[in-house]
Amino acid sequence: MAKRPNGAIIGIGELKPARYSEGKTTLGLIAESVLLAVKDAGISKEEIDGLLVGPQVGETPQHVPATVSEYLGIEPTMTNTVDLGGATGAGMVWRAAAAIEAGMCETVVCVLANKNEKGNAPRSPNRNPIREFDVPFGASGANTSYALLKREHMERYGSKQEDFAQIAYLARNNALQNPKAIFYGKPVSVEDILQSPMISDPLHLLEIVMPCAGGACVIVTSAEKAKHSSKYPVYLQGAGEKITHRAVSQAPAIDKLPFVYSIPQALKQAGITGEDLDLLSLYDCYTSVVATQIESIGICEQGQFASFLRNHTFDHKGDYPLNTHGGQLGFGQADLAGGMSHVIEAVLQLRGEGGERQIPNIKHALVTGNGATLSETTALVLGGER
Amino acid sequence: MTNISFPEPTITQVSKPFWDKIDLQEFYLQQCEDCQKWIFYPRAHCPHCFGEELLWKKASGSGTLKSWSIVHRAGHPAWQEKTPYAVGIVELLEGPSLLTHLIIDQEQLRYQLPVTISYEKLGDRYLPFFKKKGD
Ligand SMILES: [Zn+2]
Repeated sequence: MAKRPNGAIIGIGELKPARYSEGKTTLGLIAESVLLAVKDAGISKEEIDGLLVGPQVGETPQHVPATVSEYLGIEPTMTNTVDLGGATGAGMVWRAAAAIEAGMCETVVCVLANKNEKGNAPRSPNRNPIREFDVPFGASGANTSYALLKREHMERYGSKQEDFAQIAYLARNNALQNPKAIFYGKPVSVEDILQSPMISDPLHLLEIVMPCAGGACVIVTSAEKAKHSSKYPVYLQGAGEKITHRAVSQAPAIDKLPFVYSIPQALKQAGITGEDLDLLSLYDCYTSVVATQIESIGICEQGQFASFLRNHTFDHKGDYPLNTHGGQLGFGQADLAGGMSHVIEAVLQLRGEGGERQIPNIKHALVTGNGATLSETTALVLGGER
Repeated sequence: MTNISFPEPTITQVSKPFWDKIDLQEFYLQQCEDCQKWIFYPRAHCPHCFGEELLWKKASGSGTLKSWSIVHRAGHPAWQEKTPYAVGIVELLEGPSLLTHLIIDQEQLRYQLPVTISYEKLGDRYLPFFKKKGD
């Protein structure tokens, strides 16, 4: 068996996503999230000796670890900024375990949060190849990039608008079981999704995540220390990562996107196959991203996600529970913290704290993250046993 | 064209020869002397083999359409006035892919459509847009 990472998640904290935040700072939301996770883990402030944070466009562009450490009031022996877009949350978990394995620290706070003020979204001033070779042609922003990937899938494999709408429908349907979700109590039909405004054809509005304010934190410690944790520890059993490009124009073909490397790598480290997974906690900023991942797990042929969706069920009682928290399409995307929601749902389920939406007899969860345009990908296998 | 300013390319020392040729309505790409592969976007090294001997050569300016999108909500305010419009990814005959603006009727857009370069003036300079081959 491939070498397994040494780490376990012993604490989680997550703020309920809000469409807009008023009078909040990102640092403030970070602290709220960390305090929740520390209470959940039942540890003291003094036990924290590692800190992983994300980039903060606008509020703290540089020196993020020191700024956050000082604000929290901790003095870690290992910190870093993880910059993998939507893969940052998942990417933090194995980096925390690796830092622990290297002997640099033992208990790592991994935190992401973001304020979202109405009409005041900070923009990062790019001066790189995307700005030079994409923006001048009328292609800026993620919507158009993901539309291009969706169109390629439709043309290559004959997948239909209805097939992609089904992914958004499943997410929104699962969100009806999660009171924290931004779309809790707001059911939609496949028809509603198909009738929603076209943003960048072939992508409809309801195939795109809702930007929110919020925050999320997980606490990772060594497998040894986790044995004495007050909470049921959730072990990192495998991890995989792959980055292939930045701009969508430089992406490999649709069947060679980086999840075809990172997901199998995580399964291999865990010593399991896709069939052994009891929860698919798949990063879903757009519907087409889920399609690509379903086709990278080894449970569905390339290009065939639509028939896979027709032949299986995806709620917590289904044969392939998928994004039982509603995914980000149903839960909301609090910037980089949105990616962490997939980690937190897996932890809740593996602890048996899923409440109304608890998956019976869950042993293994696949958690993924995706940044830029299916550029930065991370996959984790989490489980209840070392 | 309206008088809203479109975001112009942010040209670097390395990419300047590309844009200088575009302004003359010529399409040049770099080719690696070591591995013979073509390169886009311009660099000082070859991303295929890390070779450092790159030559600017006249390229076909033709390729096929890998994907496209009709933009209804533009990411940049200047482009919003032009919506709906089409952008796409072209796989050049030489190998590399690029993102471009498409001057092709929506009904004619299809996978692997043969396309060719069309120099269009936007603001003060020409940009390599693409049209259907034969148009
Ligand atoms: Zn070369």
